[in-house]
Amino acid sequence: MAERETDAHTGVETTGHEWDGIRELDNPLPRWWLIIFYGTVAFALIYWALMPAWPLVRSYTPGLLHYSDRAKVLRDLAQLKAQRAAEGAKLQNASLEAIEQDPSMQAYALAVGQSIFGDNCATCHGAGGLGGKGYPNLRAGVWLWGGSLEDIQRTITYGVRSGDPKARVSQMPSFGRDEILKPEQIDDLTEYVVSLSHRPANVAAVRRAAPVFAANCAVCHGADGHGNRQVGAPNLADGGRQWLYGSDRASIHDQIWNGRGGVMPAWGHRFDANTIKALAVYIHANAGGQ
Amino acid sequence: MNSSSTPARAQAPDDAALGPAIWLILCLIAALVATIATAASRDALFQFEGYIFIAAFVLGSFGLLAVITRGGFPGQPDKYMDGVIKAGAIATLFWGAAGMLTGVVIAAQLAFPRIFYLPDAGFLNFGRLRPLHTSAVIFAFGGNALIATSFYVVQRTCRARLFGGLLPWIVFWGYQLFIVTAALGYLAGVTRSQEYAEPEWMSTLWLVIVWVAYLLVFLGTIWKRQEPHIYVANWFYLAFIVTIAILVLINNAEVPVSLLDHRSYPLWAGVQSALVQWWYGHNAVGFFLTAGFLAMMYYFIPKRAERPIYSYRLSIVHFWALIFIYIWAGPHHLHYTALPQWAQTLGMTFSVMLWMPSWGGMINGLMTLSGAWDRLRTDPVIRMLVVSLAFYGMSTFEGPVMSIRTVNSLSHYTDWTIGHVHSGALGWVGFVTFGSLYCMVPWLWKKKGLYSNALVEWHFWIATTGILLYITSMWVSGIMEGLMWREYTPQGFLAYSFAETVSARHVENVVRLAGGLMYLSGLLIMIYNLWRTIRAPSTEREAVPAVAPIPAAAE
Repeated sequence: MAERETDAHTGVETTGHEWDGIRELDNPLPRWWLIIFYGTVAFALIYWALMPAWPLVRSYTPGLLHYSDRAKVLRDLAQLKAQRAAEGAKLQNASLEAIEQDPSMQAYALAVGQSIFGDNCATCHGAGGLGGKGYPNLRAGVWLWGGSLEDIQRTITYGVRSGDPKARVSQMPSFGRDEILKPEQIDDLTEYVVSLSHRPANVAAVRRAAPVFAANCAVCHGADGHGNRQVGAPNLADGGRQWLYGSDRASIHDQIWNGRGGVMPAWGHRFDANTIKALAVYIHANAGGQ
Repeated sequence: MNSSSTPARAQAPDDAALGPAIWLILCLIAALVATIATAASRDALFQFEGYIFIAAFVLGSFGLLAVITRGGFPGQPDKYMDGVIKAGAIATLFWGAAGMLTGVVIAAQLAFPRIFYLPDAGFLNFGRLRPLHTSAVIFAFGGNALIATSFYVVQRTCRARLFGGLLPWIVFWGYQLFIVTAALGYLAGVTRSQEYAEPEWMSTLWLVIVWVAYLLVFLGTIWKRQEPHIYVANWFYLAFIVTIAILVLINNAEVPVSLLDHRSYPLWAGVQSALVQWWYGHNAVGFFLTAGFLAMMYYFIPKRAERPIYSYRLSIVHFWALIFIYIWAGPHHLHYTALPQWAQTLGMTFSVMLWMPSWGGMINGLMTLSGAWDRLRTDPVIRMLVVSLAFYGMSTFEGPVMSIRTVNSLSHYTDWTIGHVHSGALGWVGFVTFGSLYCMVPWLWKKKGLYSNALVEWHFWIATTGILLYITSMWVSGIMEGLMWREYTPQGFLAYSFAETVSARHVENVVRLAGGLMYLSGLLIMIYNLWRTIRAPSTEREAVPAVAPIPAAAE
């Protein structure tokens, strides 16, 4: 074992230990280090005295301030509720039309609606409400289930195919997958749907498909294909720019074959009636409602 | 420790405890068990993991067979066992490149989601790649660095060959198998969904076996030591090995759905589960990424600077303070949650008290350079080690600040946390590892020095700039998003939707990607430099160094 020796550079003694050439100086703990360490310990002791800190058998030390996070949250929520209540109360008894026409109520509804839309609706309908494949564009003036204030309010409250008893429900059959129609008939129907928007289509196929359309599709989409908002059936004669699942031949064929339909949740379970009113006014105003 | 008790120690049990033949039998049994389990299982993901185990055990058997036909494993009690350390250094570099590349990929996914979102390749989604990145850099890169350097340091500072004959090699390859089963598992969808504890029970069980073997090697070597005292680096390594074992066992307490199914149910539920998880998670930071790498620092800085450690007393006091206080700090990950407030208080106050014990390591490292400060100018490796301590000091100050509940209410869940983690990971863990490897590789391979000091300079400056870009962009983006989240409209509704706070971070995400790319480029420069170093002609013919003679016995 090596002996204690004095380091030439610092003048400090070593401890006399050595490992693989590494020695250790016998410096004391740095004073500032020790002082700050004691300072943090003092901070902890004071904090423990003031705040909930140590568990006991059935409870904990509550601290001299008797501060509680739970109580704070409840106070914050109550304060928020009070803040919302003043203006929100006006919405309670006003009709949707009245809200839209009164500048102060409308401004409030738009502010609330924007906040709610961003975190709840934008996930599917997009931040600007422009939708995407399978999710309706709210700004195109195409309203599958109606675009009046009341229609929008109802759709938000109960949803679409959401399982809620009052939800908007309809189901397009899977004509191909369930073998309701023959594959050739679906090929013909595809041409027929293309032709409804006056796009060039195979004339013979369209002629063959006419009776098939009348027997299977017209009940919802109408004899002329103009759709029906009672059952959320889209207008098939509007050129197809806003069709949920696309308007090229492959997409049309796919939709007839599989008969897809999306789900929108019933927001009545999540928001109070005032918030939904505000949301309906917001969507109606910003998204080209009818 | 009594200094007169040395000679008896040297007689402690030694190598050849388990010959290659016994290992071969064990390996074949393991292969058989894995094959039967894989064949009997109806769970595709379990089978997927099973195939990896089978392949590994079959390859292992061939390897052991080769050892046996070559005439057995050379047990030379008078030589240090360096082959496994060389393998560890190479594995560190390999996993470092893989993990950091994954990090760059997910940074690109966050910066340019339209380009790098790949719906047709589910296994490349952010959710699969993110745990791959964290596990690869922490456990694969960091873990291999720790195992390799601990084997190096413990032999030199104990003047004893690694204990256990082939056992260190079993630890090395066993750990690689753990990494591969965990990593490929993540990509395939095998996960416990707990941060930093994602591997499912089969991988964890294997890790436990490997870790016990690691502990045995380390303790056995310390047992055989020919030094009266145990060097401080070894205290830190031992604290790391022991505590990680406890953490993994408790946080992974779980019951498999069946022995032929990859899924499992944890024993802990609800808020208890959260508390155990973050007790684990924070002490993985404390004992894996802090204690383990401090051990590296305690050997390579004094060795490279050729200066004595600044203060023996400080090393003792800050070691025990760190060990005692760190273990309490976990609840600061759960501020303002269902966790009782008193537990949050304890988490926060112990984190604040942790500040100086953490800094003890930095002071001891930096002050060790007094008398050698000129080396900062002339030796880029020393500079890298010193800057690693600067980042260590910065992030161990930032951590206690962020643990204060009011600060945490702003910083929690934001990019600030990501920036904090990376100032520790890139600045401290990464740089101290790079510095140690720059020291260790020429020493291990018996070279005069590195192939190029200029390339170390390039590595240093590119990587340092990359870190600064990374952490400053994450500070900006974290504080911005924290403020946006808490902003209310006059009507009492949230001012910003979550999607708006995400898109507001675009520029910062791009800067972060640039920082990450620079850091990865630095690593690639290092790999090239070390590869050229290894290929350079050796200074000595003898590949394996002799265990240094005891000064007292050399009379």
